[in-house]
Amino acid sequence: MSVSLLWAVDVYGRVYSLSTGGQQWEQCQDAVLEFKRVTAVQQCCWGIACDHHIYLNVHSSDVPIRYQEETYENQRWNPKDNFSDHLLPSDRWHWSDITGLEHQPLDSFLLPSTNWEWEGDWYIDENFGGEPTEKGGWTYALDFPATYIKDKKWNSCVRRRRWIRYRRYKATDTWAKIPSEGHSGPLPDPFNDISCGGWEISEEPRGRLSLWAVSLQGKVWFREGIHHHSPEGEGWEEVSLPGEVVQISCGPGDLVWAVLWEGQLIVREGITRDCPQGLCWVVVDSPNPEAGAIHVAVGDNVVWAVTKDNKVWFRRGINSHNPCGSGWIGMVGEMVMVNVGLNDQVWGISCVDRAVYFRQGVTSSELSGKAWKAVNVPRDGDIRSHSSASISSLHSAGCFFSGEVQAQSVMSEDLDTEGGPQRAVLEVGTCPSSPPPEPPPIDPDVPKPRIPKVTSDSFISEMLSDRQVKQEAATTASPSIPEEEVALGEPEAKCPPPALVLSPSLSGGLGDPQWSNVDLEETQTHLAVGPAVVRGDSADTCSLSSVATYTLCQGEPYGADEHPLWAWVSGGGCGVNCHSQLNWFNSATALASSVQSMSLSISPAQTAAWRKQIFEQLSERSKREMDHFKHYEQAVEQSVWVKKGAMQWWRDWKPHKWVDVRFALEQFSGPEGNQDGILFLYYNFNEEKKYLHAFINEVTILVPVLNDSKHTFAIYTAERTKQRWPIRLAAATEVEMHDWLALLSVSCCDSRGIQGPPSKQAIWSVTCKGDIFVCEPSPSLEACPYPTPCDQMFWRQVGGHLRLVECNSLGVVWGVGYDHTAWVYTGYGGGFFQGLASSTDNIFTQTDVKCVYIYENQRWNPVTGYTNRGLPTDRYMWSDATGLQECTKANAKPPSPHWTWVADWTIDYGISGGTDREGWQYAADFPRSYHGHKTLKDFVRRRRWARKCKLTTTGPWQEVPPIPLSDVTIVLCGAQSSVEPIPLWAISNKGDVLCRLGVTLLTPAGTSWLHVGTDQPFKSISIGGANQVWAIARDGSAFYRGSVSSESPAGDCWYHIPCPERQKLQQVSVGRTSVYTVDQNGNLWFRQGLTPSYPQGSSWEHICNNVRKVSVGPLDQVWIIADKVQGSHSLSCGTVCHRLGVQPMEPKGQSWDYGIGGGWDHITVRGNSIEAPRVRMPSLTPSLTSSLTDPLRPPPPRSLLPVMITEMENGNAVRC
Amino acid sequence: MADDKDVLRDVWFGRIPTCFTLYQDEITEREAEPFYLLLPRVSFLTLVTDKVKKHFLKVMKAEDVEEMWFDFEGTPLKWHYPIGLLFDLHASNTALPWSITVHFKNFPERDLLHCPSNSVIEAHFMSSIKEADALKHKSQVINDMQKKDHKQLWMGLQNDKFDQFWAMNRKLMEYPTEEGGFRYIPFRIYLTMSDRPFIQKLFRPISSDGYTHTLGDLLKEVYPVAISSDDESKRYQVVIHGIEPLLETPLQWLSEHLSHPDNFLHISVIPAPSD
Repeated sequence: MSVSLLWAVDVYGRVYSLSTGGQQWEQCQDAVLEFKRVTAVQQCCWGIACDHHIYLNVHSSDVPIRYQEETYENQRWNPKDNFSDHLLPSDRWHWSDITGLEHQPLDSFLLPSTNWEWEGDWYIDENFGGEPTEKGGWTYALDFPATYIKDKKWNSCVRRRRWIRYRRYKATDTWAKIPSEGHSGPLPDPFNDISCGGWEISEEPRGRLSLWAVSLQGKVWFREGIHHHSPEGEGWEEVSLPGEVVQISCGPGDLVWAVLWEGQLIVREGITRDCPQGLCWVVVDSPNPEAGAIHVAVGDNVVWAVTKDNKVWFRRGINSHNPCGSGWIGMVGEMVMVNVGLNDQVWGISCVDRAVYFRQGVTSSELSGKAWKAVNVPRDGDIRSHSSASISSLHSAGCFFSGEVQAQSVMSEDLDTEGGPQRAVLEVGTCPSSPPPEPPPIDPDVPKPRIPKVTSDSFISEMLSDRQVKQEAATTASPSIPEEEVALGEPEAKCPPPALVLSPSLSGGLGDPQWSNVDLEETQTHLAVGPAVVRGDSADTCSLSSVATYTLCQGEPYGADEHPLWAWVSGGGCGVNCHSQLNWFNSATALASSVQSMSLSISPAQTAAWRKQIFEQLSERSKREMDHFKHYEQAVEQSVWVKKGAMQWWRDWKPHKWVDVRFALEQFSGPEGNQDGILFLYYNFNEEKKYLHAFINEVTILVPVLNDSKHTFAIYTAERTKQRWPIRLAAATEVEMHDWLALLSVSCCDSRGIQGPPSKQAIWSVTCKGDIFVCEPSPSLEACPYPTPCDQMFWRQVGGHLRLVECNSLGVVWGVGYDHTAWVYTGYGGGFFQGLASSTDNIFTQTDVKCVYIYENQRWNPVTGYTNRGLPTDRYMWSDATGLQECTKANAKPPSPHWTWVADWTIDYGISGGTDREGWQYAADFPRSYHGHKTLKDFVRRRRWARKCKLTTTGPWQEVPPIPLSDVTIVLCGAQSSVEPIPLWAISNKGDVLCRLGVTLLTPAGTSWLHVGTDQPFKSISIGGANQVWAIARDGSAFYRGSVSSESPAGDCWYHIPCPERQKLQQVSVGRTSVYTVDQNGNLWFRQGLTPSYPQGSSWEHICNNVRKVSVGPLDQVWIIADKVQGSHSLSCGTVCHRLGVQPMEPKGQSWDYGIGGGWDHITVRGNSIEAPRVRMPSLTPSLTSSLTDPLRPPPPRSLLPVMITEMENGNAVRC
Repeated sequence: MADDKDVLRDVWFGRIPTCFTLYQDEITEREAEPFYLLLPRVSFLTLVTDKVKKHFLKVMKAEDVEEMWFDFEGTPLKWHYPIGLLFDLHASNTALPWSITVHFKNFPERDLLHCPSNSVIEAHFMSSIKEADALKHKSQVINDMQKKDHKQLWMGLQNDKFDQFWAMNRKLMEYPTEEGGFRYIPFRIYLTMSDRPFIQKLFRPISSDGYTHTLGDLLKEVYPVAISSDDESKRYQVVIHGIEPLLETPLQWLSEHLSHPDNFLHISVIPAPSD
């Protein structure tokens, strides 16, 4: 589970967040302002501050928000000046957009707001459709507008080039003020409520959000243009209303409800992809005619409401077709407000104790949940601040936020003083001069180490006037900032009485109650007093410093009656569900454990002393009690043990069908005491009893094949791999199948003496079902000329579900799920079957999400237009992608029983080729290439429907949040080398190139991402020996990253490598020296001419076709996943293949050896650095020496590849 | 680094080299040679001593033979305790091989249970497993198993088949992830110098506030004497399967990995050697 945040505002206006992995509320450090309300989504949090302005807090990410501005420079040729800026009067502007219609000189580009900054200056884009251009980036054409080519020809009269500049959103992790302008100037009245959501309505543009706001006058505004590249949005648009609204709530999807002043509720209808603000309102009556609604909260499929009597209501019957629902159900509990977050989880603030409550047991089948449970965690640096007396005298938060806020200040008293808040108000109100004299050592202008980044300076001073700072904490919390301590000590020394009211305190920013709606005049008074700024800064600084030493605060007793009073909570960014393990409900839980659980590296449990002790003592015990007595007789003689069962078998001969068989496993001890066994399969053939058997030590792999009808698995031996025809068996129940698989796999591992987790050299592979298998390589696997045939490799399954997995020989293993989640191997366990492996400490819950797609097909006829009545020869009107299989919404099932639907069917607009507004793609006939707009020649159309399903499993994998990945690669190295930190590169699912920092053997998850800028999105990356980084961009071109080293882990620049002619590259893998790529048409290419001085190489050489993936290892060994491999019984797609004959001087190898196959999707051999035992091959020696001087093959790039040199020299020494 | 699964194997395949000698007062036809055997730590004496019986019967007359029983240095050995426990409790700091005296007469009725056949051992073993599951899962797992599954557990022990046993036993070791452990830990603490045969109490692996209990917590609660304070020298050894786990070892982990096949964690508290 990735860590996400629950946001809340206390009654004093301080904003806190609670991490799903944490155990305490962290105060939003930047909050110089007090806030009324916040609404959070995963990437940001919007809030209304007490100045009624809206602020945006974008969470910082390792991948910055950057936007590419582009403009074109156009030139025309004339005989006198050659190419020049002198264009014809009819021509486009000298600087224009891509169409030539807009005049766009470089200086016309301005930053959209002060929250942006330029990343660098303008530069020329030298990439033209995947091909590098000549110097200068010019592309040539006969005339504007025309087709541009990269080469200048005799008739090229015009040319243009593209200039690029990036701007970056800089106001992350800080509250940035959003200007409150509507379409017609500033909004007339300030905001009162806000709600953010709608990200499920459309993925286009990326990161799109809906933001709804309510003004004090009861008007509703919709913020337009919020998306990833424009987090602030563009402007406000008023939404017409049937009445005055007091509060609004917007769900992740198309659900928007609001509460009217009179107590009814209104529901927005007509919200679609094309019209996210909806069309009209429908009124729904309050649940209780006597008490109108005061609050509403909506999620994906739920609506909760609170009425004036604080009763909580749940709306029945909400779904995508009926946003209004059908009726109210009264719930237990009295709340001030409720909020619905992700997964329809619900939070509320009780009107009894103003604690935040979490609704337990909310599942998709039971959306109303079971019970309220108080979130009971301390705030960071919680102190014994507010006595119950002050609490009782405080106004309820509801009053503060009613929209009729009086000019009043409520301030907390110090613990030592018994004065009530009224007194504090009085003091502030009547003694504007009460602030202490300016502390001499601090000049207000001197920048403090941590001045909060706030856009508007006036707010700092405005809000600081009532910042409370407490004296006694100073000594404990501030040693890190000595000069502050001095400054803080001053006021009390000089003027003790005012210190009561405004004494600076270190923990004030954290725990002291502060709420103020200081009226403007008062603010001015304070503004005039210089020290206010100073104090504010110091308060903020100190609150930070006290975080560093928060254990001191933790040690202090925390009374039950001193809990925080909350006013608002927002779970819109909080990714929990009813199964999440949260540490929120027991404040007493040891803090140390929470620190552990947050750490992504191998948790201390695995390296704990107690475990080490047990392992050591057990091995000592064996030595002591057994080593000297091996000659003793065993008390129990080993005997044969037979397990029998009934199964169904997919019979080998035609007609193939499932037949009932008896199945038995006989286990016995082999001659050397090792376990072995034989499988028997008894069947009837023509009334005759026959059997088929397989030796356990010959079984190469057990593959569970789950489908919706049968619980089947396949048993392969080397022979059956050659045939492409496994023994397929079906068990009666899933439990039975797992029992058999567990037993058989243990038996297979025992017979081969394989125990414990996979070694660092293991070869990993993933099937198209997401199952993960590993193989222990033998030293002779890469031997030349007699390697282990790869159909004899033994694969065992590892728990978990992944789309791809990558490793290196240091034992760092990363995986990426179908939902692009990044996972790191915990390095332990490795057992597939829970319980027996029993390393539950290292086994974690893993989830994956993917989509099932079906196609709706229609044919045009002259009478009725497009209908679902096709020709008799047509495909099914609801089908799979091929059209051969009928797939309707009703009969489509998740891929296996392990997957469950998590959403309803939706139209998929993201299909390649583009769609029209309703998702249709047109073509002349089935099956043709489809395009997104209707032409006269089109007679058929189709659209794709997608439905998300989710799998929950367990495995030795831990999530690496938060950035979803599409590819990952880990540096290659020799078995003995100890590279630290370990270079690891990845591509995010948005195409950003990332370099992981802090990856070591102890912390294989690393610490953070370093974003590596590119001019276009990327899709594949590989880092080989000596830090050679190669990557493939989405346009199919290859790039080489220059100057990557341990000092400069991200390198300096990209070198564009042209692709093979007319091919778009898809994937790259870089070995010790070899570079291989696969293109979109399944061709495998080898990069020729790599030398130390020119590591980019010279040209691509075609190796073979029908290749899906390639993996090049630290010995430059080449393995692929190949399609269309013919076996003696059947054809298999997705087959593991090994390149034979690869040698240092012959990196391309000679032929393929075919291994396990049928649905394999990914392999990585990048951990296998076990070199083959050297065989003296006299016949090879001459060729080796001759090839050293072979002019066709450049010498090995020595200076570039230190790793290689040593190994090469060793190799030669043995060989020659 | 080894895998936790290896611990299960190490525990299962733990062997104690033993020298069986016939009691001097037994009447034999000729001198009885001692008999040497590797005893599985996790099994029961009477289950694995058929060979011993056969060996000594060769030199004895049938009329001199009654029920076989064993003692170590005068202490009768209870067959219904696992062998490893008997060794740890009575002989852990003595020289190997373990020297056991074999008797065929004067069965100590007050100290030992009769063991006429293996079915008695099976009944005892299965009742232990059931008791353990009652503590761990309110008996839900064991009751969901079929008769043949129970048989598989017993046969696994009897025939020393690790895989056969664990293929079934793993189900008994599962628990809902959200609970973080068993309901109660099935454990017994044995003291050499006490009149009570053993101490057994209800003890949860996780405290109500989410704290993971350790071996040390258990001892503190149940038998605090076993824990020596820092300043004094160690008075007791806390031994499980011949090893002394650190007191900070989580109890749940111990229960999953160092339990005997009867699903109980048998803990011996023995006086530390005074050298």
